[in-house]
Amino acid sequence: MTTQLPPGLQLEKVDERIMTLNVGPQHPGSGHMRLIIKVDGDYIVSCDPDPGYVHRGEEKMAEYRNYIVNIPHLERPVIHDSCNVLYPYCLGVEELLGLEVPERAKYLRVIASELNRCVYIQYWLAIYGIFLGHSTMFMWPAGDRELLIDLLEKITGARVTHAYFVPGGIRNDVPANFEDMCLKRVNYFEKRIKEYAAIFYDNPILISRTQGAGVLSREDAIRLGTTGSTLRASGVDFDLRKKEPYDAYGELDVHSNVLKDGDSYARSKIPWLDMLESCNIIRQALQKMPKSGSVRVKLKPNPKGGNDEVYKRVESGRGSLGCYIVSRSQPEPYRLKLSVGSFRNLICMPYLLKGEKLGNMPAVYWSLNYWPVEADR
Amino acid sequence: MSQPETPETKSLAKAQPQKELPQFEKSLADKLESKFNSKATIEFVKVNRIRVKVKKEDVLDVARFIRDELHFDHAESVTGVDYPDQKEIEVVYHLGSYTDPELAKQVLTLATRAPREENPSPGNDSTRLPSLRDIFYSVEFHERECFEMLGVYFENHPDNRRLLLPEDWADLPPMRKDFKIKGR
Repeated sequence: MTTQLPPGLQLEKVDERIMTLNVGPQHPGSGHMRLIIKVDGDYIVSCDPDPGYVHRGEEKMAEYRNYIVNIPHLERPVIHDSCNVLYPYCLGVEELLGLEVPERAKYLRVIASELNRCVYIQYWLAIYGIFLGHSTMFMWPAGDRELLIDLLEKITGARVTHAYFVPGGIRNDVPANFEDMCLKRVNYFEKRIKEYAAIFYDNPILISRTQGAGVLSREDAIRLGTTGSTLRASGVDFDLRKKEPYDAYGELDVHSNVLKDGDSYARSKIPWLDMLESCNIIRQALQKMPKSGSVRVKLKPNPKGGNDEVYKRVESGRGSLGCYIVSRSQPEPYRLKLSVGSFRNLICMPYLLKGEKLGNMPAVYWSLNYWPVEADR
Repeated sequence: MSQPETPETKSLAKAQPQKELPQFEKSLADKLESKFNSKATIEFVKVNRIRVKVKKEDVLDVARFIRDELHFDHAESVTGVDYPDQKEIEVVYHLGSYTDPELAKQVLTLATRAPREENPSPGNDSTRLPSLRDIFYSVEFHERECFEMLGVYFENHPDNRRLLLPEDWADLPPMRKDFKIKGR
């Protein structure tokens, strides 16, 4: 048979010894993506990640909408971390339009994005727990994140898709008793997540399943260009909140969490440590925040950027998130690119899963802090 | 290789007319300039950001120099930008460094251009660039995305299959400007 195949399709030889497994895309522990895994007995011979099942063309859509209309749809790649996804876009547009963000808005942005980071990590942790067969670790984070979601709803009006950040500040000021309310909840939240150590992170079953699984060395983490918790679990101290502080982060004391082991256990522990650090940052920001003042600069209708380009990046829940905007004196961006942590960490999958036992696949896959919708955009 | 180029000093002055250029970024740009002369055009030097434009014949040499001498070690993103009016497709690499603490804030933008075809046939036409995968391993998936989204074929890339698009996609590469969204 030598029929011409349509572009992109290919025929494959079937081996007697090697079996091909399609993990996904119907979410049996892979998220909305497919891992084409070849196994020899119980061991993975090769892994070929196949994302794209939730590709929505955010970048193309952005070319047809002006800088303000772009706000709500650009947060869709990760709705649980919507403030952090919008953050680099807002910073970029501010540089293009020459806007100066009011001081109070800078602090409120930091608080909102740290709250959002906790909400995202709790969601991720819940999924990580359930796929390792630990159903309490699904229930606890899923319940505790409601605390912060309620708080974010009081600030922004929406539970998850906030669209809170706008170029030039934030959409609206916080309610009157916000500071007490926020402090109370964050303190309680911190007390709660510390309890996770006893049930999850110090649990011998979790340790035996994840320790030594999928080890990524420091050199390889750098060579593969990984980011976020994956990078920091391999001993590279790189947190953009500390290395390239944006907005109010420069005035706050940020500690970046680094572990040296580079295995799934270290990768799963870093986000939890990040949540504890977020609580510290929020408390500092509440203290230093100006008590009153404007939170938004007025924009001209349909603002135009010059003939320029800008690349801004922030530290999101999944690592560095960059936004590259090319402007050609139009109200719409000429080209907008989101460089997301999940897509950058995708390259680890074939690398880490090769030679691993099939049973370790969920532990390694989810420890990468990978969000399929974000990777596809 | 000798080619008539506008002197880089001109574009430098144009990028930031009055303000003083940031020192550290300027020193990096000077290193590139003194090594490659007219082959590498410094398009702007801003705080923490440098943009270098090179011809596609020189992109491998310049990238190797950026890795070995300037110590940038990974790619943050690879973006294709379509310019139908100039009949070119630009590919932009954003490079960063984890190993050198001095460079933590820096993002070096390396831009190069491939000819653009009116009726593209991805992989079989003249829209080709050398792949940087041997120099920066981290560009592997980014270049795959760029190939399917803009039809830029990366020579010597080990794996030029589709990544995000469906296998049976038979339309234009969707990030080209002549691919229009319905209803807009």
